[in-house]
Amino acid sequence: MAVDTLPATTAAAAPHQRPAGARKSRNREALTAWLFILPSLIGFLIFTAGPVLAAGVISLLNWNLFSSPTWAGLKNFARLGPDPTFWSALGNTAYFTFVSVPVTILVSLALALLLNEGVRRIAVFRSLLLLPYATITVAVAFVWIWLYIPHDGLVNAVLGLVGIDGPAWLISDGWAMPALIAMSVWKSFGFGMVVFLAGLQAIPQQLYEAAKVDGSNAVQTFRNVTLPMLSPALFFVVVTSIIGSFQVFDQALIMTNGGPGSRTTTLVMYIYRTGFENYDQGYAAAQSLVLFGFIVVITAAQFLLQRRLVHYDN
Amino acid sequence: MTTNALAPLRTNPVATRKLVVFACFVVTAVTLVPVVMMVLVAFQSDAESMAARPSFWPSSWHPENLTRAFDLVPLGRYLVNTVIFAAGTTLLETVTAALAAYAFARLQFPGRTWLFGVYLATLMIPSQVTLIPQFVLVAKLQGIDTWPGMILPHAFTALGVFLLRQFFLGIPRDYEEAARLDGANRWQAFIRVIVPLAVPAIATLAVFKFIGQWNNLLWPLVISNTDATRTAAVGLQVFQDTNGTQWNLLLMAATITTVPLIVLFFLTQRWFVKGITMSGLGGR
Repeated sequence: MAVDTLPATTAAAAPHQRPAGARKSRNREALTAWLFILPSLIGFLIFTAGPVLAAGVISLLNWNLFSSPTWAGLKNFARLGPDPTFWSALGNTAYFTFVSVPVTILVSLALALLLNEGVRRIAVFRSLLLLPYATITVAVAFVWIWLYIPHDGLVNAVLGLVGIDGPAWLISDGWAMPALIAMSVWKSFGFGMVVFLAGLQAIPQQLYEAAKVDGSNAVQTFRNVTLPMLSPALFFVVVTSIIGSFQVFDQALIMTNGGPGSRTTTLVMYIYRTGFENYDQGYAAAQSLVLFGFIVVITAAQFLLQRRLVHYDN
Repeated sequence: MTTNALAPLRTNPVATRKLVVFACFVVTAVTLVPVVMMVLVAFQSDAESMAARPSFWPSSWHPENLTRAFDLVPLGRYLVNTVIFAAGTTLLETVTAALAAYAFARLQFPGRTWLFGVYLATLMIPSQVTLIPQFVLVAKLQGIDTWPGMILPHAFTALGVFLLRQFFLGIPRDYEEAARLDGANRWQAFIRVIVPLAVPAIATLAVFKFIGQWNNLLWPLVISNTDATRTAAVGLQVFQDTNGTQWNLLLMAATITTVPLIVLFFLTQRWFVKGITMSGLGGR
């Protein structure tokens, strides 16, 4: 964070200035500042900060939106314990996150390394590979349903070529979630790829030359030069991907609607159903706060690990 | 030249390069398959697209599917709504965030650190936490199915303020001081010096916000109940609900709503790529 030294230097440059005048100009600066901030602040307080606090209050109420709310205390949080749908939604979300994030990052990293091998027209490949990231999730979810058509769909037709009898994907108990994960990896790998590519291109060439002089082989160079230099970018992508994956909703709603059974019902889908299909707003708010709690704990854990694993070049 | 474990691979740099380019082509082709199939199936006949055994290349082309999709649901209306929603949130967020970010980066006022801390604290909060209170608020204000109800709750996130403040801090003070010595007030210095220098950052924020809101499903899903405000993402979901899975028309509708976004992406990808790398590497 930059230290604001301006007022101090102005005061030093003008020692003859009366303190009253300095105070006046400081007051004027504060007034100007508030005028600059006000449009954002009003909206922020009403539509972001206010609702965050309100979520805390609503989670303590019995409320269906139509009748007047009654006090529930911590009852909504206590309901989570014996609620099997909540636990399966939590498990599904964790399954989705902890498989899709590592796979997405491996794909992103592999493609960034590939493109970084001095491919000409790198920008063309980069844009085309980034294309899925810039599509509407709902729209491409439809195509993926089509790709996953049982028996003769494109995915199973390709698997058939190598002698594999593909499953019924989206309506299969065991394969619905992996199918959603594959679609999500496809949709989001471009983000990490672009971050990694920029990170790779920022590594000073001298480091590679030094490694070469030391007789380091390709694997050693990757481990000792590329990976540490890339670790801030990796850390950033891991943190944001996990936060994003914990909120997965669109593709699950469109492709499986949470099924078969509740095999792909995610936390956000359960919050949506609780709040807007069962009109149980207090319970939905409690669930959303628990989701937030998980995100905070996981992100905090990563920031603790970061100290040991991430190399910052200062 | 030193020898290393992969030396045999490197003895023929031309062959290695060809292999890399070939791999790039294969990966890119596979990545584009879903998008290409979306367009191909969209032009198939009803019978072909609904056959028990899906067909990949259309045996006959049916451009009339385009108008048929528009006839089934008001896709044109949905697209206009999407632009209003995405542009409205983007414009409001960018303008208010730039103003506030300038004050946080450059002006002294009591409570500055504290207030910025409040903004930062909301950065990690998932949008589902605010979903229900925002819905209640909009419902109480009779804002369901109205543009203010759609746009306002999503126009004041802390992210814009945070990103632009970071960028403004990187602009040397001297530029602004020169303008101030020439008699410019803070507002003039902001408009004439800071904003022109910050165009890349502001454009990046705008592109990200616009594409993100074009994609937003959950908020329009709960707030918009009629075609008056329904966006493309929700419209597609309604299309699937009302017309079932008639593949050619469904994927035609998907194509129609995705193509404008893809065009926008290609036109603005300079900012888009810069934004991703800026958030990834600048945000240490």
